Amino acid sequence: MSEAQKQNDPLMVEIRDLNKWYGEFHVLKNINLQVKRGERIVICGPSGSGKSTMIRCINRLEEHQQGEIIVNGTPLVEDVKKIEAIRKDVGMVFQHFNLFPHLTVLENCVLAPIWVKKVPRKQAEATAMKYLERVKIPEQALKYPGQLSGGQQQRVAIARSLCMNPDVMLFDEPTSALDPEMIKEVLDVMIELAHEGMTMLCVTHEMGFAKTVADRVIFMDGGQIVEENEPNAFFNNPEHERTQLFLSQILNH
Amino acid sequence: MKYDPQPTLPAPPGTLGAVGWMRKHLFNGPFNSIATVVLAYFTIIFMWPVLDWAFLSADWIGTTRNDCTSDGACWVFISQRLNQFLYGFYPEAETWRLDLAFFMMAALIAWLIIPKTPFKGWVAAFTLLIFPFIAFVLLSGGYFGLETVETHKWGGLSLTLVLAVVGIVAALPFGVLLALGRRSEMPIVRSLSVVYIEIWRGVPLITVLFMASVMLPLFFPEDMNFDKLLRALIGITMFQSAYMAEVVRGGLQAIPKGQYEAADSLGLGYWQKMNMIILPQALKLMIPGIVNTFIALFKDTSLVLIIGLFDLLAIMQASANDPNWIGFSTEGYVFVALVFWVFCFGMSRYSIHLEKRLHTGHGNRA
Repeated sequence: MSEAQKQNDPLMVEIRDLNKWYGEFHVLKNINLQVKRGERIVICGPSGSGKSTMIRCINRLEEHQQGEIIVNGTPLVEDVKKIEAIRKDVGMVFQHFNLFPHLTVLENCVLAPIWVKKVPRKQAEATAMKYLERVKIPEQALKYPGQLSGGQQQRVAIARSLCMNPDVMLFDEPTSALDPEMIKEVLDVMIELAHEGMTMLCVTHEMGFAKTVADRVIFMDGGQIVEENEPNAFFNNPEHERTQLFLSQILNH
Repeated sequence: MKYDPQPTLPAPPGTLGAVGWMRKHLFNGPFNSIATVVLAYFTIIFMWPVLDWAFLSADWIGTTRNDCTSDGACWVFISQRLNQFLYGFYPEAETWRLDLAFFMMAALIAWLIIPKTPFKGWVAAFTLLIFPFIAFVLLSGGYFGLETVETHKWGGLSLTLVLAVVGIVAALPFGVLLALGRRSEMPIVRSLSVVYIEIWRGVPLITVLFMASVMLPLFFPEDMNFDKLLRALIGITMFQSAYMAEVVRGGLQAIPKGQYEAADSLGLGYWQKMNMIILPQALKLMIPGIVNTFIALFKDTSLVLIIGLFDLLAIMQASANDPNWIGFSTEGYVFVALVFWVFCFGMSRYSIHLEKRLHTGHGNRA
């Protein structure tokens, strides 16, 4: 499918009847989800509910056993070429940043564009600096990740993903490993990104973030999607008892 | 709260310099002071005869055993036989070829390990791809009017170095491949790697050398004659790569899963991920283990004695059995031990230096 055709397809990610098992354990049960281009989705739920597993299936960090996943028009199947093609379009930000500690911040950012997308080094570095400026740490470009604070590292991780010019970004609890005073700087970057129209799937418990940017909030429990709604209705008027309980636990303290 | 800026004071007397160091580490309290004195006493008592034997009452100058008159060590034996220790039975007129080859190697290695020398990439490529051929031609001859010197004439330190360097350079890449194979998701690749590693690691090197030398020829047609040195080299490489594989596997396991996932999520292919993300980090962690294996390999080369190759140790033993020099094997063993120690200690120091230089930050293992 050509780049122009891709852009016309209104669906960015489509998940149909997704089932996944870890050995005997049925971790994802009949997940159905459609994400439109430019849509921002926040996924929440108790730990072990399968929310991280679900978004990790989208770029094949986890393998699924049943169902279909279509990313940017490409069906996700057991084919290294297709998987790598999808990964080029899908950026991911991890809870523990996962920067490459033996490379400088700049090298972290240019590595994949140079080797995967075959962008000339000069151009890749210019792009990297542009994104490092956008996450407000261009002055750290020549340092190693170990010399930065957690919040700075996570912002570098976001810049590194953006350097691949992805069509959709997956965030897997991006602020859960951060000290409280650093959460805001990362969320600010994510909010800015959302306002620029990036398609985003965020696993997070930052309900303020969900209220500010989400088009839809999804609540998962026991490997299933229990409830999905636009944020106002979701927070003020949750349908299911399980959702109410969860919200009361994370909001009232 | 009232706040007065405090002046910066010099450290109290007797806490700095040599005196401060001795106070802190040698005479820190009565028990430690007594321990220091007692240990110093025993060190001197035991070391003195050694020093006396090796230096003070040793004979250094002369040409025959008759020049060894005192009761100390007779280093005349070493100096008289030095050429043999270095070059084995290599024809004397041709030893400049060994000198040249090893001088080139030393220069290339120095170029590569001294920081900030230019063109490192090209020099490394030259060292690995072109220099082996130059060294081979120099050592064995047969081209460019160089007289052919068959490998059974090679010996001494030069043979030890050939065995060790070829073993080290070949075992590392094979070891890395085997380790990756053992962690592969492809069942056949994984099983083959496991079987290879477990078989080679489970047999003693002596058996491997013996098989390579005695049994292997039985399987080949009679007129096919593999060089004995080549067989020993292949045996050593295959044996050590199994050990290397386990060291590398240990390093690979220490890399957090997140590094693999980050590389995957960026769309890097398997070899890109391994070469640029995983192995550089893992090799850094593996330096102590790798150098340990290198050192073991270096010393294990002396086992080629049992298949009739005369490395440094074997040639010293042969010299010590010469009727003219009977009774001086102690000096020979001390000398050989010293030579082995110098090489092994050098590798060890360089590995420590390398670890420090590759350290890029604190607490960055997240």
